[in-house]
Amino acid sequence: MPEVAAKAPALQTDGGATPALRLEGVTCTFPSPDGRGRTYTAVQGVTFTVAAGEFVSIVGPTGSGKSTILNVAAGLLTPSQGSALAFGKPVSGINPHAGYMFQADALMPWKSALENVAAGLEFRGVPKREAEERARPWLARVGLDRFGDRYPHQLSGGMRKRVALAQTLIVDPKIVLMDEPFSALDIQTRQLMENELLDLWSADRKSVVFITHDLEEAISMSDRVLVLSAGPGARLIGEYKVDLDRPRDVAEIRMTPRFLDLHREIWGQLREEVLKGYAQTKLT
Amino acid sequence: MALARTKRLPSRPVILLLQLGVLVAFFLLWHVLTETKILSPFFFGTPMAVLARTWTDFMSGVIWYHLGITLLETALAFAIGTVAGIAFGFWFARAPLISVVFDPYIKAVNALPRVVLAPIFALWLGLGIWSKVALGVTLVFFIVFFNVYQGVKEVSPVVLANARMLGANSRHLFRHVYLPSALSWVFSSLHTAVGFAMVGAVVGEYLGSAAGLGYRIHQAEGVFDTVGVFSGMLVLTIFVVVIDAVVTVIEKRLLHWRPQEAHTTNAQG
Repeated sequence: MPEVAAKAPALQTDGGATPALRLEGVTCTFPSPDGRGRTYTAVQGVTFTVAAGEFVSIVGPTGSGKSTILNVAAGLLTPSQGSALAFGKPVSGINPHAGYMFQADALMPWKSALENVAAGLEFRGVPKREAEERARPWLARVGLDRFGDRYPHQLSGGMRKRVALAQTLIVDPKIVLMDEPFSALDIQTRQLMENELLDLWSADRKSVVFITHDLEEAISMSDRVLVLSAGPGARLIGEYKVDLDRPRDVAEIRMTPRFLDLHREIWGQLREEVLKGYAQTKLT
Repeated sequence: MALARTKRLPSRPVILLLQLGVLVAFFLLWHVLTETKILSPFFFGTPMAVLARTWTDFMSGVIWYHLGITLLETALAFAIGTVAGIAFGFWFARAPLISVVFDPYIKAVNALPRVVLAPIFALWLGLGIWSKVALGVTLVFFIVFFNVYQGVKEVSPVVLANARMLGANSRHLFRHVYLPSALSWVFSSLHTAVGFAMVGAVVGEYLGSAAGLGYRIHQAEGVFDTVGVFSGMLVLTIFVVVIDAVVTVIEKRLLHWRPQEAHTTNAQG
């Protein structure tokens, strides 16, 4: 019965409007780390579309090339085959419409929280003073107005993620790419952050591509969940629409019957991939 | 809170007192050994004579001139060596071909004992301050160069990617990412670099000059004036301690963003 809803990795057409992001047949092949001219294909033939204002999650087992997909969308990585399009235009070099929230700590350790948030504006030519004035309300928005002069090492993991969130959103990207941004946080902090993100997102509906290995997180936040198969050569194997009402509370929505149905359905497919992925890591 | 550390160090004043105690004990031992003629005062001087000589040198003002010369040479060697080291460090780190081609030569020159260059520099640049500065530069340059090279190479790729996603162009990347990262490495080697700048200055003076602390020590040695030699060493030591303290203050200022060892609020820093 889990098979029922698993549609083909489809080209979602959203009423003809130009999608915010589209990946077309993206294949990424890397030289194998053990050298000797061998290659390793991380993702293969990945095609998907994210509409303007849509929140899409991609779930998949570890090592399935989730980050690779985001790097292609961000323009940090040129795919071996296929292409990425942002608002209909091919991405070459850094995708100017995209903001990227990394899995690892990416704040500049030599800048204070405020300076980190202001950095994006400074890079866009806003004078330092003004950039910092504009960064202040953003720090307040993520609840850190009293921590502006702290350096990253003086902040907790959750606080650093908040700073990173403000840093990414202040430059007003049309597409926000998030690579397991909250995976390093404890479960309580994590749910707080998820709710905060949903609040910020609902205020001005950006397109979000959210990578996670946590299916509950994916369902509770997204409009749509894409399932990636186990690597190497991971491909999109499932697509599920999440028809839960908004606004949502990520902790409460997990108790609703509809959520549980969706979870059961998607997990039925994801489970196999996780097991496959696990078997592979054991082999190597 | 005591649980956090298995063994706590005594508080700062106590440590200072203990450090002072070591100094006093050393002078006392020296005093006793020379007073009882176990060590010959001719070869070892006596602490009283050394202190008295140092005192009169400072009072009469002779030493200030020499101290000033050595300080000037040290400062120049440090400044020139650091700037050159940063420039070349960046260049090499950003141009892989250059760094690969020059790698063996850099290593070879760095392995060369710099003292042998002193006479050459004296020949080229005369006996004034510039031959000493040149010697100091050859020492400082490599320390800074290797640290900057490392600093640029070891910039976290995530931080770099993040800055690029935020819209940084290559000029921004230099100013906001590469430079701070490299400077943190430079400052962590600041003590060593300043020390080497001074070694260059003093050794240069020692081998041939008409002024400076190294010159004074050399003069004293020439007439078997052990008290003069020790007095010169004492002044040099004080000089080094003062400079090191200044460097520590500067370092604290500039690297305030770096994580310190974890301290609880009532722990002594």
